[in-house]
Amino acid sequence: MIGNFVGVVFDGIAYGSLLFIISIGLSVTMGLMNFVNLAHGAFAMLGGYAAVVAMTRFGVPFLVTLPIAFIISALAGAILERLLYRRLYRASHLDQVLFSIGLVFMAIAATTYVFGSQQQPVQLPAFLRGQVHLLGLDLGTYRLFLIAVVIAITFALTWLVERTRFGAAVRASVDNQQASAGLGINVYQVFSLTFALGSGLAGLGGGLGIDVLGLDPTFPLKYMVYFLLVVAVGGAGTIKGPLFAALILGVFDVAGKYYVPQIGSFIIYFMMVAMLLIFPRGVLGKRA
Amino acid sequence: MGLPTQKWSRAEIAFWLIPIVAFFVFPKYLTLGSQIMIAALFALSLDLILGYARIISLGHAAFFGIGAYAAGLLAKYGWGEPLTGLVVAAAAAATVGLLTSFLVVRGEDLTRLVVTLGIGLMLYEAANQAAFITGGVDGLSGVQMRKLFGVFGFGLDGKTAYVYSLAVLFIVFVFARTLVRSPFGLSLRGIREGERRMPAIGVSVRRKLVAVYTIAAGIAGIAGALLAQTTQFVGLDSLGFPRSADLVIMLVLGGAGHLYGALVGAAVFMVLQDYLANLNPVYWQFWLGLLLVLIVLFARGGLLGLLQSVQKRFGASRR
Repeated sequence: MIGNFVGVVFDGIAYGSLLFIISIGLSVTMGLMNFVNLAHGAFAMLGGYAAVVAMTRFGVPFLVTLPIAFIISALAGAILERLLYRRLYRASHLDQVLFSIGLVFMAIAATTYVFGSQQQPVQLPAFLRGQVHLLGLDLGTYRLFLIAVVIAITFALTWLVERTRFGAAVRASVDNQQASAGLGINVYQVFSLTFALGSGLAGLGGGLGIDVLGLDPTFPLKYMVYFLLVVAVGGAGTIKGPLFAALILGVFDVAGKYYVPQIGSFIIYFMMVAMLLIFPRGVLGKRA
Repeated sequence: MGLPTQKWSRAEIAFWLIPIVAFFVFPKYLTLGSQIMIAALFALSLDLILGYARIISLGHAAFFGIGAYAAGLLAKYGWGEPLTGLVVAAAAAATVGLLTSFLVVRGEDLTRLVVTLGIGLMLYEAANQAAFITGGVDGLSGVQMRKLFGVFGFGLDGKTAYVYSLAVLFIVFVFARTLVRSPFGLSLRGIREGERRMPAIGVSVRRKLVAVYTIAAGIAGIAGALLAQTTQFVGLDSLGFPRSADLVIMLVLGGAGHLYGALVGAAVFMVLQDYLANLNPVYWQFWLGLLLVLIVLFARGGLLGLLQSVQKRFGASRR
């Protein structure tokens, strides 16, 4: 019973880690550019399909497909940011919402056209399949791998933001765009780079998540509310906030679906309402 | 821009003659016609909160669905009188609107977005789970409507449905038109233009937003009830996210914040959908997405906005 409970929490953490890695880019775009980008999931989907194509058509090993997913999504992010998103930084939130929903629709239709509407398969390598016996518990190897990857990425991101010159420029731009520009920081370049990085991480998450979240053309819509929740609950523009929110949502979602399957899908919405009531600006949100 | 008056202009009167003429000219398209009217009524309700109060909602179908199920269930279990059905549906949707408005009104755009989306998904899931009441994915069938005023039956020719939908749309439109031109409507516009300044002139922003959200929910409920009554069926899709998203598209296509934009947008959208979606639903979604992107990039005011700018240019060159 207790082992079972630990197993559910473990699965929830793995699931939450995945949500975090996909959503962190959205949190940054919200915090940095104040841009409501509902199409963020489309970049995750692109990464997922890039990984699947690399694996099935070109026989690339699974671990190598992950950087490919990152690079392709980051490139797509950089191009779209340059061509389209940049025009809308000063537009109203409504315009941003409409624009990004439009992108989602186009992404879904285009993906259905190219790949069909079925779920995409993923073949995990042998060493990531099965279970590991750890401290008297059977834990899924792939989920352990997921958690390890996310821990590594979180540390890398924290280092990037807190210790590098680029990170300092990002933090300065979040705090005050105009003053940063006045100090000679190329704010638009910071925007482009962070947007590409966020899209790349979403793509990486999409590739990592095929086994857990599944992958079909409706992916960006299906998980949109989860990504938005992570950012709304966690607060935009931080790393810790979304991490915390993603883990909580992941654990409650998995536990709800496991223990009370009849009302399982409600739990996350109840959580959302409760958390937004308690923290209208996000758990760690600092900006109004 | 001066203060709005309650007087009707000639263009408005001409506009309302169109559906009456259409009734005689296109007798084969009456079903599509009533679908357009219902969509227009629904879009009108969103215009009140989105166009006038700038609340971005991605879950407005929740109220449409509540109205549809309320009217459908009422008729299924013995009370098939249409007009009282509309009233009950409006009351049910407005009640839920009032209860959820407190969640929506607090918070910023992102929070509102997530909360409206979440409430919509929650109701969808609830209706899906409660299959013993709602029929679940199979939908609610066996809706038996009585004759309107005891005289006009909802027949297959769609005449009653058309006239009924048009009449309800018109009456609600007059109400909404009066509302947005009243002091209440002006204070909503004030909130849209400068939310922080309104308390300084003694307006309770929160109370106004709660009020308009509740009213809009009630109107959406009426639209849902009309659909349930005229088609005598309620599907689970009446609560779904695609309906909320389509609705936002109709409104921005026509132009938000005019009331007429909602009507024009709904009509254009429904006709396009009727034509294109039958060819291939996947392509339809692609064109829809492209349309949204183009509207945002090039035609922010929607069709009515375009019309106004053309008018302005034309008027200026004449002078």
